[in-house]
Amino acid sequence: MKEQLKAIQEKALSSLKDVKELKELDELKVKFLGKKGELTAILKGMGKLSAEERPVVGQLANEVRSAIEEKIDEAKKDLSKKAQEIKLKAETIDVTMPGKQTACGHKHPMSIVIDEITNIFMGMGYEIAEGPEIEKDYYNFEALNIPANHPAKDEQDTFYINGDILLRTQTSPVQVRVMEKGKLPVKVVCPGTVYRADEVDATHSPIFHQLEGLVIDKGITMGDLKGALAVFAKELFGEDTKVRFRPHHFPFTEPSAEMDVTCFACGGKGCRVCKGEGYIELLGCGMVHPKVLKMSGIDPEEYSGFAFGMGLERVAMQRYGITDLRLLFENDVKFLKQF
Amino acid sequence: MDISMSWLKDYVDVDCSTKEFMDRITLSGSKVEGVEVLGNISKVVVGQVKEITKHPDADKLVVTQIDVGASELLQIVTGAKNLTVGDYVPVALDGSILADGTKIKKGKLRGVSSNGMLCSVQELGCDIHDFPEADENGIYIFPESQADNLGKEVKDIMDLEDEVVEFEITSNRPDCFSVIGIARETAATLDKELKYPEITVNETAGGDVNDLVSVSIENPELCQRYVARAIKNVKIEPSPRWMRKRLRSAGIRPINNIVDITNYVMVELGQPMHAFDIDTIADRKIIVRNAKEGEKITTLDGVERNLDPSMLVISDPEKAVALAGVMGGENSKITGEAEAVLFESACFDGPNVRITAKKVGLRTDSSSKFEKGIDPNLALVAVNRAVQLVEMLGAGEVVGGVVDCYPNKRDTWKLNYSPEWINGLLGTNVSADEMADIFEKIEIKVDRENCVAEIPTFRPDLEAQADLAEEVARFYGYDKIVPTLASGTATVGKKTYSQTISSIVKDSMIANGLCESMSFTFESPKVFDKLSIPADSDLRKAITISNPLGEDFSIMRTVTLNGILNSLSINYNRRNEEAGLFEIGKVYIPKSLPLTELPDEPSKLTVGMYGKMDFYTIKGVMEHLFQVLGMEKLVEYSPVSNIPSMHPGRTAEVSVNGKSFGYLGEIHPTTAENYNIGTRVYVAVIDMATLVENANLVNIYVPLPKFPAVTRDIAMLVKDEVIVKEIENVIRKKGGKLLESMNLFDVYKGSQIADGYKSVAYSITFRAPDRTLVDDDVNAVMNKILDGLKNELGAELRDR
Repeated sequence: MKEQLKAIQEKALSSLKDVKELKELDELKVKFLGKKGELTAILKGMGKLSAEERPVVGQLANEVRSAIEEKIDEAKKDLSKKAQEIKLKAETIDVTMPGKQTACGHKHPMSIVIDEITNIFMGMGYEIAEGPEIEKDYYNFEALNIPANHPAKDEQDTFYINGDILLRTQTSPVQVRVMEKGKLPVKVVCPGTVYRADEVDATHSPIFHQLEGLVIDKGITMGDLKGALAVFAKELFGEDTKVRFRPHHFPFTEPSAEMDVTCFACGGKGCRVCKGEGYIELLGCGMVHPKVLKMSGIDPEEYSGFAFGMGLERVAMQRYGITDLRLLFENDVKFLKQF
Repeated sequence: MDISMSWLKDYVDVDCSTKEFMDRITLSGSKVEGVEVLGNISKVVVGQVKEITKHPDADKLVVTQIDVGASELLQIVTGAKNLTVGDYVPVALDGSILADGTKIKKGKLRGVSSNGMLCSVQELGCDIHDFPEADENGIYIFPESQADNLGKEVKDIMDLEDEVVEFEITSNRPDCFSVIGIARETAATLDKELKYPEITVNETAGGDVNDLVSVSIENPELCQRYVARAIKNVKIEPSPRWMRKRLRSAGIRPINNIVDITNYVMVELGQPMHAFDIDTIADRKIIVRNAKEGEKITTLDGVERNLDPSMLVISDPEKAVALAGVMGGENSKITGEAEAVLFESACFDGPNVRITAKKVGLRTDSSSKFEKGIDPNLALVAVNRAVQLVEMLGAGEVVGGVVDCYPNKRDTWKLNYSPEWINGLLGTNVSADEMADIFEKIEIKVDRENCVAEIPTFRPDLEAQADLAEEVARFYGYDKIVPTLASGTATVGKKTYSQTISSIVKDSMIANGLCESMSFTFESPKVFDKLSIPADSDLRKAITISNPLGEDFSIMRTVTLNGILNSLSINYNRRNEEAGLFEIGKVYIPKSLPLTELPDEPSKLTVGMYGKMDFYTIKGVMEHLFQVLGMEKLVEYSPVSNIPSMHPGRTAEVSVNGKSFGYLGEIHPTTAENYNIGTRVYVAVIDMATLVENANLVNIYVPLPKFPAVTRDIAMLVKDEVIVKEIENVIRKKGGKLLESMNLFDVYKGSQIADGYKSVAYSITFRAPDRTLVDDDVNAVMNKILDGLKNELGAELRDR
C-alpha cells in the first residue's frame, strides 16, 4: 500500500506539470483527492491492514494528500496569476482618449469677480449691503455732496426717470443708506449694477457693475484706508502686488485718492497693458467728507471713516484678457463655458 | 490740459528729468496722462540749393545739388516746384527720421541717385499756422539767410523741440487749467520758487478807456466782474513764432496777433478773454444782460444761435454782440480796419455758461474754462497781461485806464485748523510748523500761532479743515502715510440670508449644467408684443427712462424673459447645439405711474434652455433646486394655460401654500418664432423672495428604518385628462401612515389601450417604524388605495 501511495503522489505531481488551465487543475484534484478519487480508493483498503500498519499508512496517506494539495494550490496560484495577466492585457484601453464629463454649468465671469472680491472683504470683516438701482437724486448726488449744477452730474450722464428719480450712476448711494440706518460702526461693501448714458461699444456699456466700500468708526485714519486696500490688492492680485495712492478729487471724500496697483502683466516694469507706467488704476477712495457724514446724521467730530469704489468690468476684462465688453452681455455659451 | 514744458520752465525751475517731474507731480495730485515729444526728428539739417537741373527721365522731377556744409554737394531729386537756386531749405539726410517716424534712405528716383529729401513744414511736424510764410504745397524755404547754419539740425534753428505733458485736472481745481496754475503746483511739489510774469503796462496811446466805453451789469449773479481795456492803432498781423508755437502746444490754432494774445493769456493765466471792434458797439455802451425771448445771435463761427432768457449776453443798446463766456458775435468781429479794440476780461457764472454752451451746442475753450469756475480777481491781471503783450508785439497802443465793473468783490477767507485733528484724520505725525510750511508753499497765508489759514481766492475748493488735510497729505506725500489696520470694533463679515440663498440657487443651477447669463435691465417697449403680453396687462405698466439711449433701451423691464430669450436666440443662431442659461436679476415694478416713489425691485430667477431635452428636463432642474433649498415638499405644480408667451398645454405654475411664485414650461411656438429660435425652448421664472421665505437649510435627521419595506406595483387605466398629481393625491390620502413612497415608473398609451385612456404604473412602498409588515397589513392599505382610485378618478386596475 505504501508503494501505491507513493506511486499516486508521483503520478499526481508529474501530471500537475502538464496542467495549463484552472479547469484541468480542478479535474486533477477530483481525480486524485476527490471522494471517488484514487487516494480515497486506496484508503478504502485500509481495513485490511494490521493494527500496527494502519496508523503508519494513515500518516503516510495524509502526507501524500497534503503534498499533492500543496502543489495543486501552488499551481493554482500560478495559473490564476497568469490568467489575470492575460485578462489585464486583453483589457488594455487607450487612456489618451477623451474623458466623459458630467455636464457642469459655469458662473458668469462678472459673478466670479464679484464673489472673489466680496469674499476678500468678508474675510476682513465687511458685511455685504445692497440698495435700489432706481434711486432718488438725493441719495445718488445731493447726500454725496454733489449739488444741483455740479459738473459731476453732467460728466456722469445720468439716466433720469423724472427730475427726482434716476438710475443710480454709482453704488455710492448705498453708503448713504447704510449710514442713515445709524448703526455704528459701519463696515460694508456694496456690489451692484449701475447705469450711465454711454453708447454700447467694445469698452463702454450703459449698464455695468461697481463695488463700493465704507468703514466708519471712531478714530479711523487715512493710514487705515491704505492698510485695508493694500491687503485687498494683495489678496486679489497676489502677494507681490504693490499699491500707489495718488491724490484725486471726489465730492464725497476729502482727502481723496486713486489707488493704482502694479501691472499684473509686467509686475511693474512697464508694458503695453499699463502703457509703460508699471501701474494700473484700480479704484477711487478717500476719507468720508465731513459734510456727507453730517448729512447722514453722523457727527464728524466723533466719527471718521473711509470709502472706496471700483468698476468691476475692468477687473474682469484685465483678468481674463477680454477685449470686448459686449461679450459679457451676449451670453454665448461658447464664451460662458470658458470660465 | 496740455502744458508745454518749455513754457512751464519760464515760471519754475524744473531741474529734474521730464519723467521724474511727471512722476512727482502725479503723486502730488496733478495726474499726468501722457507726454508728447515735439520736434522728434533727427538728421534734418539746413542746406542751400546750389543747382537745379531737369531730371533726364521725368518731367515732374528735378535734380538739385545741395550744400549742407560738407565738403561735397549732395545730389537730391525732388518734385518740388517752389525752389530757386540760393534758397535755404531743410534737408533730410540719409538715415534721418521725420516727425511721423518715417526713415529717409538714399536711393534712386527714376534712375538718378538721390541722397536725401528736401522737406515741407508738414514733414517737420508743423503746418502753415506755425510758419505762415511757408508754401503749403512746397518745400519750406527759410525767409532769412542761413549761411552760418548750413549743416545744423533744423529742429534747433526752427525751434521745433518741446515736450507737451497732458494732465488730468479734477473738477475741484479750476486754477490748474493754466500754465501758471500747473507752475504753482510744480513749484510746491519740487520745492522751488514760482516766478510770476512781470506785468507792466505802458499806456502809450494816452486817454482813458472810460471815455470810450461804459459797462453796466444787469445780472451780477451771472457776471461777477467785467473788466475791459482798449488799444488803438491796431496792426493785425501774424503773431511771432514763439507765441504761435506755444498756442500750438496747447492745441490752439494761431489766427492773428490780437486773437492769439487773448488765447495766450487764457492758456497762461486761465482767464478766457474776448476782443471786440469798439466801433461796432452802438452808443459805446456795453450791457451785460440776460437774452430776450426769441433773440438770436450769429456767433463768430457763422452759425445763427437761438437764445433764451436763461442765457447771458454782452450787448449794446441795440443788439447782442457776444454770447457771454461762450463765443463772440460775428457783428463785433475784429477786421483789418478796426481802429480801436476792446479786450474783455470777465467772470461769468460757471454753471450758467455750462448750461448755455450745452443748450446752443457750442462748447469752446472759453466755455469749458468758465464752467469750472474762475477767480474774479484774475480778470484785471489778465487784461493787463494782454495789453502788455499787445505792446510787446507791436500790435497796437494801449489806451489809459481800465473799465472795472465788480459788484461783489470776492475776498480771501479764513479757516481755523487743528494740527491734531488733521494728523488724526490722516494717521500722520506732521508738526504744526511743517503744516504751515506746506500751506505757505501754495500761497495760503498762515497765522501760525492761532492756526488760521487765509485762503487765496483762486482756491474755492478749500472750504473746511478736511480740505486743508488733503493739502497737507498731498505735499507731505500720500506714499509716506503708513498703512495700518483699523483697530476699532471687531465685526463679522457675512452675507445676508437672502444673499446666501442666492448663492445656493446659483450653485444648484451650475450643478445642473446651466451657465449664468447677464442681460440688460432696460429694454424696448416692443418686448411686450414680442412676448404676447395682453394690452391690458399690468406688466405693461413699465417705468420709462426720460433720456434713454434710444427706444430699444427705454423702459425698465417688468419681465425677465426677454433677456434670456435674446441670449438663447444668439446661441441658436450661432449654431450652438444646445444652451442652458440662468440669471438672477431684478424687475422694476412701479407702485404708481408716473413714478412718485421708488418702485419695488423684486429679484427673479430666470432659466432658459433648448437642445436634447423636454419639459421634464427643466422640471428636474427646478425640483433639484427646491430639494437643495429643503422646500420640495412645499412646492405644488399645477397645469396652467393662460401665461402669455407660454405653451398652454406644457406649462406648470409653481406655488407654495396656494400662493403662486412662478412658472416653468415650454414657450409658445409664436414666441419662439418672434425670437428667431427654430426649436422648442424651455423656461422657468421663479420669484426669489419666495425661495428666501420658504427655504429650510437645516434638515432634522430622520432615524434610519429598522424594519423592512414592502413594495407593490400597480398599473391602472385612467382617462387622459386625469393628471398624475390627482392620482398621487389619492394614493397619499389613502396610503395613510404606512405609505413610505411612490414611484411613477410608466405612462403608456397605444395598442391595447382604448382611445382617450392611458395606463399609469406606480411602484408603492410601505413600511412601519415598529414592526415588519405582513401581507394582511399591506393588502388592507392597497385595497383602500385601489378603491379610492376607482371611486375618485374612475381608475381601472390593469392585470400585470
